[in-house]
Amino acid sequence: MKKIITTLISIVLLQTTNALAQGDPLIDKVSRKLALVNDYVAEGVMKTDVSFIKASLGKVKVYFKKPNLLKVRKEGGISLLPKGGVSLTINTLLNTKQYTAIQAGTQVVKGKSLSVIKLIPNDDQLDWVIATLWIDPVEALVYKTATTTKENGSYEISMEYGAYAQYGLASKIIFSFNTKDYKLPNGITLEFGDDEPVSKQKLLKNKKGSIEISYTHYSINKGIPPHIF
Amino acid sequence: MWSLVAVELYKIFKRPRTYIAFGAIAALIVVIQLGLKLDGASYAAFIMKDINDALTVDGKVLNGYLICYILLQLLLVHVPLLVALIAADMLSGEANLGTMRLLYTTPYSRSQWVMAKFIAASIYTLLLLIWLAVLALFVSMWVFGTDDLFLMKSNYVVLIESQDVLWRYVGAFIFASFSLLTVTSLGFLMSSLANNSIGPIVGTMSAIVFFTILSTLNIPLFSVIKPYLFTTHMNNWKEFFDLQVNANNEAIRGSILNVAKIKNSLLVLGLHIILFVTIAIQIMKRKDILS
Repeated sequence: MKKIITTLISIVLLQTTNALAQGDPLIDKVSRKLALVNDYVAEGVMKTDVSFIKASLGKVKVYFKKPNLLKVRKEGGISLLPKGGVSLTINTLLNTKQYTAIQAGTQVVKGKSLSVIKLIPNDDQLDWVIATLWIDPVEALVYKTATTTKENGSYEISMEYGAYAQYGLASKIIFSFNTKDYKLPNGITLEFGDDEPVSKQKLLKNKKGSIEISYTHYSINKGIPPHIF
Repeated sequence: MWSLVAVELYKIFKRPRTYIAFGAIAALIVVIQLGLKLDGASYAAFIMKDINDALTVDGKVLNGYLICYILLQLLLVHVPLLVALIAADMLSGEANLGTMRLLYTTPYSRSQWVMAKFIAASIYTLLLLIWLAVLALFVSMWVFGTDDLFLMKSNYVVLIESQDVLWRYVGAFIFASFSLLTVTSLGFLMSSLANNSIGPIVGTMSAIVFFTILSTLNIPLFSVIKPYLFTTHMNNWKEFFDLQVNANNEAIRGSILNVAKIKNSLLVLGLHIILFVTIAIQIMKRKDILS
């Protein structure tokens, strides 16, 4: 009798483990869509919205190559990007294949009923600790991700889709992240006697940081030289 | 009038002392440029520590535009002292040598002589500023290249696109010319009060140091007089390097945050120049040159 019970428990546990390792069918559907893209070069306009940064809109090029190489470059200028956050896109999360997916119900976001799936990495070496994906089950498109990293805090990425939705590529991405206070001593900046920093600060509207990239064009599967990354 | 100015310019550039300022500026700029060229990465990493904790900055931060800004911050405080060396000697030098009488026996009026001397001192000042601009801006651009200007202020960071920078430097140097001409006119006024060179030179330098300290101290008692001190306004060339932001928190290309502040400072400095020179002319008109 004991042997029968032990065998039954072993079978149940084995099946459960197998189910977790296989992942989620919706994630697989999204992955299949993303698998159509081996590499891309996207052109877009980047907006930096951080309380202590004054920067104008700038043209950027985003380079991606399977499985998880990603580079954002501003054309002929200095770019400011959230540390470690930009590289954690859907492609880089899902292409690792080293995660366990857990269903976490559904949520309505911007009028769309989205499935919520949490990803937990199986590999301790990965940068991220947990990621939550909000996926449209009909279109198999990820509209939002929230990722917690080991060293670079938490990030939220919201996506909008347009002409390249069949490849799972967004037309607009917004990276939201928490920023720390910024303060440099006057001895370094040599701004002695400046008695208006507080009033200047009031001109900066937002407190939470975000980087918004609106893509105008994608060049898909044309190959990217390795030196770009 | 121009012949008088030419005579005064000849006298200025005949003196070895004139070239001390040009040499000092060149030496300082070359030393700072060399230091930043050899170990600029460490300097950039130090000042960008807070930024690098949250953001990845990609691009050539330590470029010619930023080097020029750093140099101007350091030098535009000290160049007035070099200007005082010449400006404060323009009238008192003649009195000290006993050549004032000789000048005033020429068919030109006292006012014409004084104005000619002031114009010559102003030309010297502007040449010094052009020398500073060439070395600090153009040599830095040549040595370090160009990119966007990434300015780290005490409470925020300003990122100005490279094509939006050069005109700001033109504006900043024009503004700096007003600042330095104020010092020239102050030295000139001091010079009209004395019969030897050392007193006006030291007096001008002391006045600049004294008022600069008052301008930089954030003590409420001094805040009342600060707006009337020319030293408070001399540093406002930096206003050319601050951007307005719109409702979406996007910096507006080609904008200046506080144009009114620049206009006000130019007005205050301009009034100081007119006041100092007018008083100097009146003093020289009444000056006893027989003693």
